[in-house]
Amino acid sequence: MEASVEIAVCLKRVPDTAEADVKVDASGKDIVRDKLAFTINEADNYALEEALLAKEKHNANVTLVSVGAKESEEVLRMGLAKGATAAARIDSAGLGETDGIGIARVLAGWFQGKTFDLIVTGAIASDDGNSQVGPALAELLGLPHAAYVTKLDIQAGTATVKRELEGGFLEVKELATPCVVTIQTGGNAPRYASIMGIKRAGAKPIEQAAPAKAESKTQLIKVYVPEIVGAAQMVEGTVDEKALKIAQLLKEKGAV
Amino acid sequence: MSNSIMVLVEHRQGAIRDVSFEMLTAARKLGAGNVEAVLMAESCDLLAPAIAPHANKVVCVSGPIFRDFNYEPYQKALVKLAAERKPAAILIANSAFGTDLGPSLAVALNAGLVSDAVACTKADSGFSVSRGMYAGKLVADWAVRSEPSVIMVRQSNFKAEPASLGGTVEKWDAGDVVSGAKTKFLSLEEVPTTGIDITKATIVVGIGRGIKEAKNMPLAQEFAQDIGAVLAASRPVVDAGWLPKEVQIGSSGKTIKPKLYIALGISGAFQHIAGMKGADTIIAVNKDPKAPIFSVAHYGIVDDLHKVVPALRTKIKEMKT
Repeated sequence: MEASVEIAVCLKRVPDTAEADVKVDASGKDIVRDKLAFTINEADNYALEEALLAKEKHNANVTLVSVGAKESEEVLRMGLAKGATAAARIDSAGLGETDGIGIARVLAGWFQGKTFDLIVTGAIASDDGNSQVGPALAELLGLPHAAYVTKLDIQAGTATVKRELEGGFLEVKELATPCVVTIQTGGNAPRYASIMGIKRAGAKPIEQAAPAKAESKTQLIKVYVPEIVGAAQMVEGTVDEKALKIAQLLKEKGAV
Repeated sequence: MSNSIMVLVEHRQGAIRDVSFEMLTAARKLGAGNVEAVLMAESCDLLAPAIAPHANKVVCVSGPIFRDFNYEPYQKALVKLAAERKPAAILIANSAFGTDLGPSLAVALNAGLVSDAVACTKADSGFSVSRGMYAGKLVADWAVRSEPSVIMVRQSNFKAEPASLGGTVEKWDAGDVVSGAKTKFLSLEEVPTTGIDITKATIVVGIGRGIKEAKNMPLAQEFAQDIGAVLAASRPVVDAGWLPKEVQIGSSGKTIKPKLYIALGISGAFQHIAGMKGADTIIAVNKDPKAPIFSVAHYGIVDDLHKVVPALRTKIKEMKT
């Protein structure tokens, strides 16, 4: 491919809730965030790595973009530290309530008038679990797309992808570039930023942009902790007592 | 407002996928009285009779372009069909197929979209849809008011029920929906295997994010050995490269139905639960008392697996001597 390959990566800053207690806030529509650690969305981290691998292979420019408050610049700096070329933040202030397609509209507004050969993003966000933004963005920009990609190979004018299907199948597909690809976790090994990279990233400018209007055809009513149905019989006691009870269970089931 | 619900039938390698019958059941329960199953395939003759009892009408869209899944022709045909029939909602599986198609279809239809729906009811205008967030720790209720509404339905969530609607089969011509296609299906591949078949094991130990580091893996491996189990994993462990893809349990991995399943440090995202909820007995160990895994487990232990498993190994050793 030519030297002027342009790749954009859409990144989202999300709370790390894998092992944290998630509580609903007073609005009933969001969670209490003040005690949570924030990080780059897991699948977006794999998307970023895919872009950086393509950068190394094709001498590409990698531009990062995120929709969010000022704090979102943390994930942009992380991406810059790993080797991305430029970064932009679309300010979410004033955006109001929106949905996945709304975010895609905001991003599409920013992409308008810009030229990229490839736009990548994570296949799913670990907070909302929507899986909407990438394919919706592609449609808004009139580009082809592929979702849940674990292997991506770009050549001149085309991208060959492997999409992950259910039950251990992969779908091999060819897309004309420019295109939008959403990356599933596991296809690569995301790198860590070097100390030098982090130092350099701190000084790089981050473009600031205002959001395009994002009308939403859906409305969030409320969020809540689900009622646990068919709940497990809980084994209580000290670690030793619990271990004994499980060992007895395993014996009953013929595992010991 | 139209009262018809359109359901996109999903099939792969000549077989209708279970989620299609789940969606058809959900559509009938929405009380539409007019459930239209849209079947796109190279030929509908083999698949339409299986669908007909479950819908009021089977709309057959056939042609070589529909032999393999490719969102582009499917989307173009659905946009044209929806413009003609004006359904109140289009149900699509929240599958690899559906997640590729649903969001761009919704944009093309200028429709509202809710993905990964776990419950859906008709509202005064539009639909009320519930969906999971934060890997199942929360549920969110959404209102979607466009016509049509696009609703992507979680797999293995609704129970498929038998029906005898005897739907009429109608052929519908999509026209030239392939002109200018920018995407091309090339092939289907299976993940390479090294011979470990977790689907045949009677006892399976599953490990998840709670294992934390590669250096902790021997703990799980030795425990599995102690009880004659096969070691399997949820997605994060496989993503980290600590176990091969072929032992991944879940919607993008394998579905297992062992006599006994022990989940260690697995919170229970729906993708994982879809792959193991058929086990006869499920024992789950997790630090988080609110972990969704406890809603499907038969026995639950709220604790750190790094404390419980060594203690458990000691007890097992004592029992064996």
